Amino acid sequence: MRCDLVVVGAGPAGSMTAKAAAEAGLKVVMLEKRQEIGDPVRCAEGVSKASLKKLVNPDPSWISAEVKGARIRAPDGTEIVISEDRAGAEVGYVLERKVFDRALAQKAAEAGAKVMVKTRALGLLWDEGVPAGVTAQFVGERFRIEAPLVIGADGVESKVGRWAGIDTALKPKDIETCAQFLVQDEKIDDDYCEFYLGNDTAPGGYVWSFPKGRGIANVGIGVLGSKSDPGMPMRLLREFMKARFPDGKVLEVVVGGVPVSGPIERTVADGVILVGDAARQSDPITGGGIINAMDAGVMAGEIAADLVPKGEVDSGSLQVYEKRWRETIGKHISRNFAIKEFFVDLTDDDLNHLVHSLDGIDVAELNLRGLLKVLIRQNPKHLLKLRHLIV
Amino acid sequence: MLTVNRYKCGYCGACVGVCPAGALELVETWIEVNDDCTRCGRCAKICPLGALELIKEAKA
Repeated sequence: MRCDLVVVGAGPAGSMTAKAAAEAGLKVVMLEKRQEIGDPVRCAEGVSKASLKKLVNPDPSWISAEVKGARIRAPDGTEIVISEDRAGAEVGYVLERKVFDRALAQKAAEAGAKVMVKTRALGLLWDEGVPAGVTAQFVGERFRIEAPLVIGADGVESKVGRWAGIDTALKPKDIETCAQFLVQDEKIDDDYCEFYLGNDTAPGGYVWSFPKGRGIANVGIGVLGSKSDPGMPMRLLREFMKARFPDGKVLEVVVGGVPVSGPIERTVADGVILVGDAARQSDPITGGGIINAMDAGVMAGEIAADLVPKGEVDSGSLQVYEKRWRETIGKHISRNFAIKEFFVDLTDDDLNHLVHSLDGIDVAELNLRGLLKVLIRQNPKHLLKLRHLIV
Repeated sequence: MLTVNRYKCGYCGACVGVCPAGALELVETWIEVNDDCTRCGRCAKICPLGALELIKEAKA
């Protein structure tokens, strides 16, 4: 088989890449190793309404719930409330990823991309030392797909970058290890996302509750890898459930790892581009990755459509992708990486103090960045190290 | 050696992401470990379900 572009992975990054490239006229093949696109889910499914709408026209079937805002709870139980559109990129819609991911793949297919499921990429094809496609396997049968450019959208467990010599291995301090239950409980607030902070609750991370409508929610936990031990996320989530939702019914179990490394050294090599979680483009503070992945996918797809016909797919030519994502997504995630590095080592007293300092402040007027600005204003000495990041 | 308890594993691929040797792979619903494994233990530490375990090999 021969094509212009192979996309490995059919999550939001891969499908947006394939769609953009196919719309611009490339012959695209997108591989998904799973039998079903979008399942099993590895996500809390929260996404900003405004950001999503910039990328795609959302269909009601993708959306489980819309949320009015977020509550953040300090270790001592103090709570602050932030209204919709003001909590950063992660509050707005709670998606149904199983439907959403397949809908995006369908859009790629409609644009002309060939989609192959239960098809796993096994390695790169090489031609005189340069990547020239992939070998893949479909229902046990091996075959070759020749293409001048391979885009790795293969998630946290990405292999494409490693095959091309890009070191994508995450250090334990650069991954949040996560567990989540889909919970049914009458105590669930259908209108608010909730975030619970604390070193006993979630070391170097947080517990979230994202409502999915009619008394169900994704209740999950992220623990910083360096502060974890084997099985800790599942153990702490069960403890949290016992305390907060003792009568909650668990309808689904989800696990996953979220890159919180900030920008990695490189995301292109000769004939290879990485996008989404494979490129470690998720947000180090929130853990949100959908929007950045889709954004990067569009960039990579458009750049591929421009460069492949010209035969300019060496790592030098692909720097245009590096430049474009680093100037946008990259700036945001490097700043949030620095903030994360600071926040993960705060004690519970520190966290309580910070939340208390917002008492009486109209948090409804703020977004995540604005919230941090106010925190710095209220706690100048404490947050001195963050000042240069936010101003 | 590194063992994967398939009855615990949630096949999320987090272990693959942290493996410095590229020794792990997620194939649909199971984890494969190849000979490049250096038994560093990073994967076991970050596994959300505790499905990976380093077991000391008995000396022959």
